[in-house]
Amino acid sequence: MTITHPVGIAPAERAVRLLGGDLTETALRLHLDGLTGVDAVGLEQRAAGLSTRSIKTSSKAWALDTIIRTCDLTTLEGADTPGKVRSLVAKAITPDASDPTTPSVAAVCVYGDMVPYAVEALGSRHAAGGTEGIQVAAVATAFPSGRASLAIKLADTREAVAAGADEIDMVIDRGAFLSGQYGVVFDQIVAVREACIRPDGSHAHLKVILETGELQTYDNVKRASWLAILAGADFIKTSTGKVSPAATLPVTLLMLEVIRDWHRLTGEKIGMKPAGGIRASKDAVRYLVTVAETVGEEWLTPQLWRFGASSLVNDVLLQRQKMRTGHYSGPDYVTVD
Amino acid sequence: MAFLEYAAAPESASILNLKAQYGLFIDGEFVDGHGDVFDTISPATEEVIASIAQATAGDVDVAVAAARRAYDRVWSRMSGSDRGKYLFRIARLVQERSRELAVAESLDNGKPIRETRDVDVPLVAAWFFYYAGWADKLEHAGLGPNPRALGVAAQVIPWNFPLLMLAWKIAPALAAGNTVVIKPAETTSLTAMLFAEILQQADLPAGVVNIVTGPGPTGQALVTHADVNKVAFTGSTNVGRMIARQVAGTQKRLTLELGGKAANIVFDDAPMDQAIEGIVNGIFFNQGHVCCAGSRLLVQENVHDEVIDRLKQRLSTLRMGDPLDKNTDIGAINSAAQLERIRTLSDTGENEGAERWTADCRIPDKGFWFAPTIFTKVSAAHAIAREEIFGPVLSVLTFRTPAEAITKANNTPYGLSAGIWTEKGSRMLALVDQLRAGVVWANTFNRFDPASPFGGYKESGYGREGGRHGLAAYLEASGWDAPASLSAASSAPTDGARAARKPAKTRKAVAK
Repeated sequence: MTITHPVGIAPAERAVRLLGGDLTETALRLHLDGLTGVDAVGLEQRAAGLSTRSIKTSSKAWALDTIIRTCDLTTLEGADTPGKVRSLVAKAITPDASDPTTPSVAAVCVYGDMVPYAVEALGSRHAAGGTEGIQVAAVATAFPSGRASLAIKLADTREAVAAGADEIDMVIDRGAFLSGQYGVVFDQIVAVREACIRPDGSHAHLKVILETGELQTYDNVKRASWLAILAGADFIKTSTGKVSPAATLPVTLLMLEVIRDWHRLTGEKIGMKPAGGIRASKDAVRYLVTVAETVGEEWLTPQLWRFGASSLVNDVLLQRQKMRTGHYSGPDYVTVD
Repeated sequence: MAFLEYAAAPESASILNLKAQYGLFIDGEFVDGHGDVFDTISPATEEVIASIAQATAGDVDVAVAAARRAYDRVWSRMSGSDRGKYLFRIARLVQERSRELAVAESLDNGKPIRETRDVDVPLVAAWFFYYAGWADKLEHAGLGPNPRALGVAAQVIPWNFPLLMLAWKIAPALAAGNTVVIKPAETTSLTAMLFAEILQQADLPAGVVNIVTGPGPTGQALVTHADVNKVAFTGSTNVGRMIARQVAGTQKRLTLELGGKAANIVFDDAPMDQAIEGIVNGIFFNQGHVCCAGSRLLVQENVHDEVIDRLKQRLSTLRMGDPLDKNTDIGAINSAAQLERIRTLSDTGENEGAERWTADCRIPDKGFWFAPTIFTKVSAAHAIAREEIFGPVLSVLTFRTPAEAITKANNTPYGLSAGIWTEKGSRMLALVDQLRAGVVWANTFNRFDPASPFGGYKESGYGREGGRHGLAAYLEASGWDAPASLSAASSAPTDGARAARKPAKTRKAVAK
């Protein structure tokens, strides 16, 4: 079965068409609980199998550049300052000053109040609605806990969008999800998506963070992924990076399988962002392999795939330097922020 | 630059230190055979790897005599804990030489290095470790207070898991106190010879394990030899039947692990993505050269199209080619003869009216290759639903109710294994008992563990390997005494063979 839907249809209406009848809490629950289960042993075995793919030099060079090009360079600390954000932006533009062939990253990801500094520092390199250049992503909706009233979450979102954020990374209400109030989560995502709309009618891309470490089971991750996509997520994202475990390969595989199934059902391409805990190039390459063998290589673009990471880029840069010079230079040959 | 086109990552064969010619391994030494020699080739390239000796009946006689000597003088007198030490040592040496063994196995058999590296060789070590632990605990195997070894075991193993089947046979036999003469399959003798080197490294007493190579007649000379007490065979049902006839009426104990046509049953509530992986692993693991392969897929009718659709998409990502490449999923068919059999049976399927779909794999110019193939619209009456193909060919049937699934699954002359995929635990538990198969996998397939017994129903053979049951196949329960008269009259001695003799350590029944 393929669901066809006109471009620009509102998520809620699309969900109604897909689920049939009224979009009630019950209909939503029946749909989500009716998804086939996830066998944890089998899922982890498949992820482990994908980890054994061997990448040789020529593929590796391409993989390393792809990791950088699809990275959301991130700083999400209480101690963030405008100065730190400017440094981050400089690194996002020129990750490795010693090698001008190094690509820029996809986006910088900061707290909402830091968006103006990021936009200013990017200047002409800011993507500003287009796909060329570097995007500014802002975490919003009472990140990372999501524990605030909807009014505050929406204000948080609007403020970041007004300040120039191109992408909003929202967190779902895990409390509502775990207590089975799927409708509450759905409505909040729909509302935040509305809040992403700019005065000119365009809208900031919405990444929905499931915080899979708090959802605990793979079945929950699968339901939450469907729920977020039904409600209109442009991307689904594993984690805030503030909860352990953050991104894992099995969870990412599972979410990619949902994205693949959604694409088969509707023809629509949803993006994926594993975030938190991915530090080594070797691990990141395993994620790329998983994408390639699950949804296909066409997903390996900044429009559909992102790594949420802060320290990953440095390891990739060291690996790139090693490929260029033949030796491993050490952490003092890349910038700390 | 396409990423899925992973750069070739071949494991180098330079780690191997192969000889150009291999003889037999008898009484702790490599010796020349008295028969002709034959070449063992790489199924992926058809290049000659080495030449292998063909053991004559006389050679087999010498090997059995060595095993008898080692049994009488050394192995049967040794304490269980000392036997265990040798087995532990063998297990550790297998681990130490694991990369070399994996490369040799891939080269000689054609199976992908990721399987030999991640499955075969680790399991070989696990089997020796497991039975090493049993060697000094035989009285706890459930066979009474003082179970006894049988004597000399004649073992014949197949080409699909050369090293693993060798471990399945040798480890329990030695742990139980038997000595062994084993014959590897003609096309895959290489790793057995590397294993012989390991036995020398381990200082295993001479004659405890003897390896004779050669084709069918060599195996026949071995299993019909008058001085063996136990015959263990893994291979085709036809050969198993012949061996059963030859052994019938003798004192020899016999275990047979034969063919299979396993049902892999997928219900509509199955964990779908994992079930797809399980189907792939069930039939395309080791190119389908698996006696317990899930070659009959039984899908609940309402999810048939979805399962097939997803399966085809998944199969399109499988990579076929150089078995030594670490990224290869599907390797070469082991021999030209086997390839021909797969082709013939597949053509039969098409002629019978089943719908054939083949993954779009590039077939290399040289070697023996068969791309993963699915037959849909298969009827239970079709030959491809009944006969063991032993290749990467899946036959798909449908069912509507659990009862129909069980009926169809059991409707086979075989009964080695089966699989069920459902998220509903109560249904799983209710159905597994009704399946007439030695192993039933729940939400997984083709998983092996030394502690888990493995064996068949009906034409899949009898006896169990693995676990305590596997040990029992090499032990005599205490209290049983072999009447010497029966033993002596058991079988017609072959030329040059000694008359059958009773096991050296028989005793009178223990009085209760």
